[in-house]
Parts: sequence; C-alpha cells; structure tokens
Amino acid sequence: MENKLGTVVSPSPHLRSPAGTRNIMLDVIIALVPALAAAVYIFGFRALAVTLVSCAACVFFEWGYRTLMKKPQSVGDLSAVVTGMLMAFCLPVTVPYWLPVIGAFFAIVIVKQLFGGIGKNFLNPALAARAFMFSWPVLMTKWVAPFSYSSIMNIFGGADAITSATPMGALHAGLLPNATVMQAFLGEIGGSFGEVSALMLLLGGAYLVFHKVISPRIPLAYILTVAVITYLFPKGGAERLSWMLYNLFCGGLMLGAIFMATDYTTSPVTKLGQIIFGIGCGLITVLIRYFGTYPEGVSYAILVMNTTVWLIDRATMPRRFGVKSKFGLNGGAK
Amino acid sequence: MFESFFGDLHPHHFKEATSGKASCRLEAPPFVVIPMSLHLGEPCAPIVAVGDYVKMGQKIGDSKAAISAPVHASVSGKVIAVEPRLHPNGTKVMSVVIENDGLDTLSEEVVSHKSENITDPELLCKIVREAGIVGMGGAVFPTAAKISSSIGKVDTLIINGAECEPFITSDHRLMLEHPDELMEGIRILKRVFGIPFAHLGIEKNKPDAISLLSTKCGADIKVVPLKSAYPQGAEKQLVYSVTKREVPPGSLPAAVRCVVFNVFTAYSVYRAVHEGMPAIERVVTVSGDAIKNPMNLICRIGTPIERLVEAAGGFIGTPFKLLMGGPMMGSAQYDLSVPVVKGTNALLALTNRRDRSAEDPTCIRCGRCAEVCPMRLTPMYIHMYEKKNDLEMLEKLNVMDCVECGLCTYTCPGRLYITQSCRLGKNKLRSAKEAAAKEAAAKKEEEAMKNGK
Repeated sequence: MENKLGTVVSPSPHLRSPAGTRNIMLDVIIALVPALAAAVYIFGFRALAVTLVSCAACVFFEWGYRTLMKKPQSVGDLSAVVTGMLMAFCLPVTVPYWLPVIGAFFAIVIVKQLFGGIGKNFLNPALAARAFMFSWPVLMTKWVAPFSYSSIMNIFGGADAITSATPMGALHAGLLPNATVMQAFLGEIGGSFGEVSALMLLLGGAYLVFHKVISPRIPLAYILTVAVITYLFPKGGAERLSWMLYNLFCGGLMLGAIFMATDYTTSPVTKLGQIIFGIGCGLITVLIRYFGTYPEGVSYAILVMNTTVWLIDRATMPRRFGVKSKFGLNGGAK
Repeated sequence: MFESFFGDLHPHHFKEATSGKASCRLEAPPFVVIPMSLHLGEPCAPIVAVGDYVKMGQKIGDSKAAISAPVHASVSGKVIAVEPRLHPNGTKVMSVVIENDGLDTLSEEVVSHKSENITDPELLCKIVREAGIVGMGGAVFPTAAKISSSIGKVDTLIINGAECEPFITSDHRLMLEHPDELMEGIRILKRVFGIPFAHLGIEKNKPDAISLLSTKCGADIKVVPLKSAYPQGAEKQLVYSVTKREVPPGSLPAAVRCVVFNVFTAYSVYRAVHEGMPAIERVVTVSGDAIKNPMNLICRIGTPIERLVEAAGGFIGTPFKLLMGGPMMGSAQYDLSVPVVKGTNALLALTNRRDRSAEDPTCIRCGRCAEVCPMRLTPMYIHMYEKKNDLEMLEKLNVMDCVECGLCTYTCPGRLYITQSCRLGKNKLRSAKEAAAKEAAAKKEEEAMKNGK
C-alpha cells in the first residue's frame, strides 16, 4: 500500500522522553565538577591536568576502537568522558601522566569495548582500570598532604610534594587520623584527589538524585551498611562515633557509593537488587578495611559485587502484578 | 490524597491545546465509510445492499457472535458501495459507503426506553447491544458482553474518566459538557449491577471536571481524584488505584469483583436508553504540534479523517506522524481517507520534535523501563531474550502480562524499541503455544486411530 501522505508509520509509542544516554552522562559529568573543583583547590591544577589527560585518552580509545572495528560511533554518548573522570579521581595527584593513558586503554578497550561497548561490560571500567594500574603500586600510593603544592606550575613538576600518610593508613592501623572530622568531611586530607571531599561528592550525588539520574537506593544502602558496622565495631578501642565518621568521610566510600556502585551497566536493575548490591558493597568494604592487607576496600568491594549483578537481578525480580507471593520469577511459582 | 499505582511517570500531557475548547459539531460529510468492524471481536456482516436507502441510526451490519456489536448508519442516504475499504488498523475491512442526503432522517428503529425503569440486566444488555455500544475509551470491547459477563460477580463499579494519554481531551470535554447525562448513564449501570454506589476516577490534571462532577454526583457516585500518571486509565491500573485490588494475570477485573466503563461508554448508555440513539457519533480531539488549530470535534462515525484535519485548519507543513489515538498507544496512519471509528478518541499530527529515535539504539542497563513498568516486568530482559528468541525465558519473565502501554520505550535513554520487543515476544510465545497444542492434538488423534485399529 502506498503512503501518499509521506508520514512515518511505526509502532507505538510515538513519544520519547527527553532524557537520552548523552543527557544522562552529561548530568554525571556536571555532578562530578564540584569534587573536581575541590581537588584543584586542595591539590592544585595538576588534579585538573590529570583529569583532562585521562578523559582525552578515554575518548581517544573509544573513538579509535569504534572506528577501527567499523562499529557505529559511540563517542557522542559521553560515557567515555565519565569513565575518564572517575578513573582520574582514583589517582594520587602525583601520578605521572602516562599512567592514566595506560589505564584508559585498559578501561575502554579491554573492559568496555571488547565486551561490546556501553551496557555490555560486566566490570566498572574505571575501577577495573584502577585495579590494573596498581601494577605500579609505588606510583599509585605516592600521597601528598593537602595544600602542599608550591605554585600553579605544579602541573609540570608535580614531584615537589612531600609524601604523606593518608587517613586510611591510620584507620587501617586502628588509629584515628590526625585531621579533624570536619577536615575529613570537607576534604582537607590526603588521598586520591577526587575522593577526598565528601561534601562535594554528596552535593554531586544530590544533583543526580534530584535529576533522577540515579536512585538513592545503592548509595544509601552502601553508606548505611558501612556506618552501622563501623559504629557497632570500632577498631582499636576508638570512640564509636568518630571512628564511624572517619570511615565514612575518608577514603573512596563517597566516590564509590555515589558514582561507581551506581554505574548502570554494572549494578542491578531491580529495586530490591539494588539494595542488596549496596549492602554487599558495604560489607566487603568494611571486611577489607578491617582484615585486608590494603587499607582501602571500596574499589575491590564494588568490583566483586559487579560480578554478582546478574545473579542478584534474577533472584530479585519484582513481584508480578496480581500475584501475591513475594519472591522469584513467576511470583515464586518457578 | 490522589490515588495511584506502581510505576510513577507521566509524559508531559500536552492537553492545554484543547482542554479549554468546547467541542464543536463537525458537519456530516457527503460520504461516510462505515467499516463492519468497529469493535473488538467478530466483524459484522452487512445487512444492506448497494442502492438501498438507509436512515440515520438504522442498523446496517450485524453478527450473531457473542463478542460483537452491530453497526449503524450515521447519516441518512443511499448505499453506494459495500466493499473492503482501508480501516485505521491498516487493513482493508468490509465497509458500507453511504452518500449523505443531508436530511438526517431518523430511523424508526430509534426508540426511547426512557419510560421503562431499567433494572433487568438482560434488558439493558439488549438495548446496549442493539445500540452498538463498545468500550469508547479505545479498547472497543462490546459493552453488552462486558455487562453480561460480569453481572452478579462485582461489588464495585468504576467509571473511567482518567484519560491518561497525552494530548487527548475528548473525555474531559464530555465530562464538562454533558455531566447530567453522564451521571444518569452511570446510575443506569449502577442500578443494573445492583451496586449502591459507583466510583468515577478522574486524573487531577482535570480539576474543572473534578469540581463540576463533584457537585453533580450526589451520594451514590463518588468522584475519585487520581494522580496524573500514565497509564492511570488502563483497566488494571485504574482498578488498583481505586480499590487497591490487583487483577490477577490473564484475568478480567471481574476476578476482583470490579467492572470498569469509560465515561463515554456510560454517556452512550444514557443516550441509548433515553433517546434510543445508537453509537453513531463521538468526540474526537484533533491536536498535535503539526495541526494548525487544535480542537475537539463531535464527528459522525465513518467521517474520513481528512475532514477533521480540514476543520482544524490543516497541517503545519507535512506531519512526521499522523496518529489515531494517543501518542503512547495510538496507531500511525498513512492515508487521509480512513474513517473515524468508535474507538477514535483522537487524531494527532506530530512533528518529529519528540521522536528522538537513535541510529544505534543501545541498552545501558539503566533499569528505567523496570522502574516505570506498571505491570512490574523487567522490559530490558524481555527485549534481550526476545532478540535471542529464548521463549522459555520470555515465559519466565511473564511477557504475556505486558499491556503494551509504551512506557518502557518512552523512557528508554538508549532509544530501544522495547514495547515492540514485548509485542513480538507475546506473538512468538502465543504462536509457539498454538503450534504445541496443535501437535499434541494431532498426536492424540494418531494414537486414537492406532488404538481404534
């Protein structure tokens, strides 16, 4: 039958929500900006430079892979920029510029594209790359004290800083860090440059929740789990409340809980599943912090939970409409 | 304060363009094309022939089937063709074409039942069936069949004035313009079902209708303001919003002692009883961003949609899509000669502004489809397993529960065609089951033959 009108005939629905993948990624980038600003304030412009190198490398590898493999170009969805930012945020500010480039190759090509690109990878690319970059453990743990940069020129030098212990080191040894709780909350502490300011990360998280980019289920379940366990079982006879607060504000918990554990591709899609996922991340984080050799456990906790996502999804299918039973596919009928 | 259901999303409703405009009567066209299938179920057979003179309201097609509704002439004049014509559903359907003599001579078949105090369900079913009344919300299920199948099984009568689809305001206008007739229609249904009071659900984006009907409803009809959330007007969701009862999978609302009628259906019942007038006209919202003067039109069934477009000032440029029904569940049209049918609540011409399809649709596993699905499915998994042809998983994922509301596709940031995958999945599962049943039957027969020998 001919179409004299020239209209498009396609199945319903005929409307699309304004929120596309690109808008969502743009929102995540916007939400990361406060933490980046704090990083620049605390550690100097080198933090910005490392972030830019990391993002540029991620975008380049995404573009290069899709072009070489003759696949539809996906750089426009901005997900590579998000990966670049998150990967940079887990680095010490002293890191040499070539390291995030290698990390970007691992994140984008090995972890993301070889599995089919956005939506198909089973590990969070930024965190997998961070784990990979620990092949250079010395470079990855060369911490500096806050405000220890000498000038704007630290972009090029960068080695002018004094190596310093991070609060995580203290917590690992069962001691309370030197910084005050308020300093830890604001980010005036040592650590990976994107993770230090709990305040700015929470601001970004509020923006994402407000814009409905993420639901608060995973971050809340994650952070509350860590809070409850650290409050109930403080290490080395420390005062409960301070011990808990340092555990929440120091290290990668806020960055991980708000921005990494909520990565769509590598977290469950069911509501109950998201809560279970968050609790799992929290449990493993505390276990590693308490009993592991590493002082920090956030990235490994999330990576481990990433591998359970499909199992969790299958086990937590929503209750079927009109069927009273609560669990499992077919409303428990199986 | 506002009642709602699982899932919580409303596409912008775009109703401002027509919600404040009184419906105007569209002049009956020189020819009407009346398909023999204006309803869900068995199509009618024409009972008039070329050359016959028919009067307005005269029955011109009927069927003996239980799930069917007769078809009536919407104008008076001469039958000039009885042939397959293009139907809004995209196929050719046997239709009666009548040349309008412009006199609107009323048929003798149109007799009022006003004097009869209707409490007998059988009598009402007969009147409703003879008037060709179907679910005017768009589902077009024969109303008489619905009444007779749920009589005695229900304790709650729900009237659907939700009108949750974006753009559409035809039910809204009806509620504002014919409140008394609507109330009387509801009371007739209420009496027949023997239920002390009825619920009238209206989305809160129609505050004028809520306040007007609240003053008119009396003690026996309760206006229930509903949250504006698509698909609030879908039967199962509406039943849940009003009664907090969940209709089991594959069942009708009667399974939870409810029965639902659209406001236009209730109004049509009033007209059939009080005036004897069959369903030969309806309010159609003509709107969309490619329509010059959006408006609500009272049209005869069988009016070619071309006339509606003309009355609304024509298109702005060439429309990207022309839809019969709402943008979420309506069907795309490609020919202006198709007629207005009983379920035509809207005619929308849209530009490609809100199309937003992508060249390379990609799932990013954001889970929004699962978050908004009113049937609590996990549409992204249905999409995935449909592509893999994994019928076993589709069955486990309860794909048959899908009501095809379109929210998953609407909300998908990766721009996938998830709703379509659900449709395909349902079809695959259905045909696989039919094939299996056939095979089993054949085997049984074979065995019976063997045993017989």
